[in-house]
Amino acid sequence: MHAISMSAADALNTLSAGLILICAFAMVGTRQVQGVVRFFVIQSLLLSASSFLLASSERSYHLWALGAITVVAKVIVIPWVLRRTLARDLYVRREIAQVVNIPTSLLLALALAIAAELIVGPASKISGDPVIAVNLPIGLACVLIGAYSLMARREAIPQLIGILAMENGAFLAGIAIAAELPLIAELAVAVDVVLIAVIVGILTVGIKKTMGTTEAAGLSELKEEPTSWR
Amino acid sequence: MALIAIVLVPLVAAGLCWVPPLRRVAWHITIILQGAEFLLSLWICRIVIVEGRAVGLSHWFEADGLGALVLVVVSFVCCIAAIYSAGYMKHDAEQRQRLWWYYTNYNLFVFALVVVPALADPNLVWVGVELVTLFSVLLVGFENTAGSLEAAWKFSVLTIMGAPIALLGFLVLFWAYRSGAGAGHETWESLRLAAPLMSPVLLRLSFVLVFMGFGAKAGLAPMHTWLPDAHSQAPTPVCAVLSGVKTTVPLYVVLRFLGIVLASPEARMGQWMIVIGLISVAIAAFLLLQVRDYKRMFAYSTVEHMGIILTAAGLATRASDFGAVFQLLNHSITKSLCFYVAGLVLLALNTREIKSVSGLIRISPFAGGMLVLCSLAIAGAPPFPIFLSEFSILGSGIRAGHPVAVAILAVLIVIAFIGIMMHVNRMVFGVPETGPTSTHVQLPLTCRIGVVVAVVPVVVLGVYIPGPLHSLLALAAQQLGGH
Repeated sequence: MHAISMSAADALNTLSAGLILICAFAMVGTRQVQGVVRFFVIQSLLLSASSFLLASSERSYHLWALGAITVVAKVIVIPWVLRRTLARDLYVRREIAQVVNIPTSLLLALALAIAAELIVGPASKISGDPVIAVNLPIGLACVLIGAYSLMARREAIPQLIGILAMENGAFLAGIAIAAELPLIAELAVAVDVVLIAVIVGILTVGIKKTMGTTEAAGLSELKEEPTSWR
Repeated sequence: MALIAIVLVPLVAAGLCWVPPLRRVAWHITIILQGAEFLLSLWICRIVIVEGRAVGLSHWFEADGLGALVLVVVSFVCCIAAIYSAGYMKHDAEQRQRLWWYYTNYNLFVFALVVVPALADPNLVWVGVELVTLFSVLLVGFENTAGSLEAAWKFSVLTIMGAPIALLGFLVLFWAYRSGAGAGHETWESLRLAAPLMSPVLLRLSFVLVFMGFGAKAGLAPMHTWLPDAHSQAPTPVCAVLSGVKTTVPLYVVLRFLGIVLASPEARMGQWMIVIGLISVAIAAFLLLQVRDYKRMFAYSTVEHMGIILTAAGLATRASDFGAVFQLLNHSITKSLCFYVAGLVLLALNTREIKSVSGLIRISPFAGGMLVLCSLAIAGAPPFPIFLSEFSILGSGIRAGHPVAVAILAVLIVIAFIGIMMHVNRMVFGVPETGPTSTHVQLPLTCRIGVVVAVVPVVVLGVYIPGPLHSLLALAAQQLGGH
């Protein structure tokens, strides 16, 4: 994450990308459902800020559209869907069930961020573009940290937010490396993200009705062990 | 035009099933339109064989040999599953009021399955694969029991998690294409032609990301753990589609990427694919020995076959690519048959445990006989088509200079064969348990019709491959990039 030139737009982009990474850490470190959702909304806002920044410096209408799509889908529609379907679980004040405790989780997230830099660092510097050199490793880091939080968290809503935060990471890399992606593809991806939220929401409501909780940790009936046959 | 129609037909069917006055006849609508879908796919195959490719909308909807092969496989399996659903889904009185919801979802699911091979733009293909996952989540959880919801949850978390990773891979590929080959429209065809000009580092990075993301969806080890849960808990016709073609579709995308990577002389990925494929086959073969649920048994066999196809594609010769696409076809038609038959056993005996099924041949001769036939076919006994494709893969592996890989693969296939036949032998023969189940059971007519139709290609392709099919397979194999 070096090789940063001195232009103001690049500096702002680096700042925004850094804040996005901090949001990813904050989501791992938060103990309550509402906090996770709040940091996700902040991260999405920062992502759209990044794409607006790139849009103005590269004069790309694609990136304006992408930033607007991000705001509509992830800052407005998805929190609204969550509030409509899962309001009671969203505002309940209790700690999220975790497999690993939070300090260890944060250390592991840090290790994943370093791993991301090691994996794509060489590739991201091929083109010599400072924006790619920042966004690609941070984007991959967000994807990996999101995947980790999916495995460490055992509750439906934080898992859903984890998936969406992974998508944010992929987009952060995407605005740098694939700015001219056809607009229809971007629109389709945005619709897809909303669909993920809706369908996982429907599923969560069903699980709650049948089992009375959204803790996915209780889901351990199906295994290849003799105990499951009673 | 046929290519546009084949995408629209399932959408129309889903809309009709949703309209309240038509909800009572949802299953008629589904069967008729899925039948039309299958005929359309045959027509597309004809166009592809004659002209090399079928074009619906230039640069967006195009199908070459591989696309047409996957289209015909998907629509065949989905058509039979629609017929089978009609009788099968009625057995549960509780769900009868919600059947229209099942058929609406089923048609949307088919739409997502056919849209993937029909698209030429990779980024939209990513969206298509995501839609496949999302609609299948609703079908897996359809029965609304604790078990089915648990399966649907595990399934959705593990498979949707792969999506952003794969998306990053697709974006890296787009970047590699733009920075290496200029500004043309990005399609599978242009990507494969431009691969030698692209940076091998980026190509490899993109392939690894897509493989991690979509390998989970295809059920490749070690990301296969959702597969037996989902495939044992979903309604049986859905299991058939899930195991037969839902795993094939993400594998199709992985094979496309493999074709692009292999077209670049410097980005060597073939040997890794052989290793990863063999690991999948090995894990599945040993799990097959110790399963307790016969639907899970067939699900593990899917993991085995995905591994075999990947190994064959990794060998990267013309002959092994032919084996890979032939195996892909054979696995889909045979595995869906296996699940239809497993559904008959479930209807007759109402248990999924292998050890509580015994003497099936006397309780229901039809189900018992079919179970023996489909198990022999899926395990790879002659004269069934899987034997032919596995044999050609092993042969091409020796000619490609990979004797160790071939030896390991052969041993694992034999272990899987023993595992499947051991369980099936116990279920079909032997003395039936005395009790209310030991009388003859009447199986729904449409279920039996579905099974009989599904048997036809499994028996015929073992002894005779029609000329057009052979040329379609040869066209499809060209897309995998073997030399």
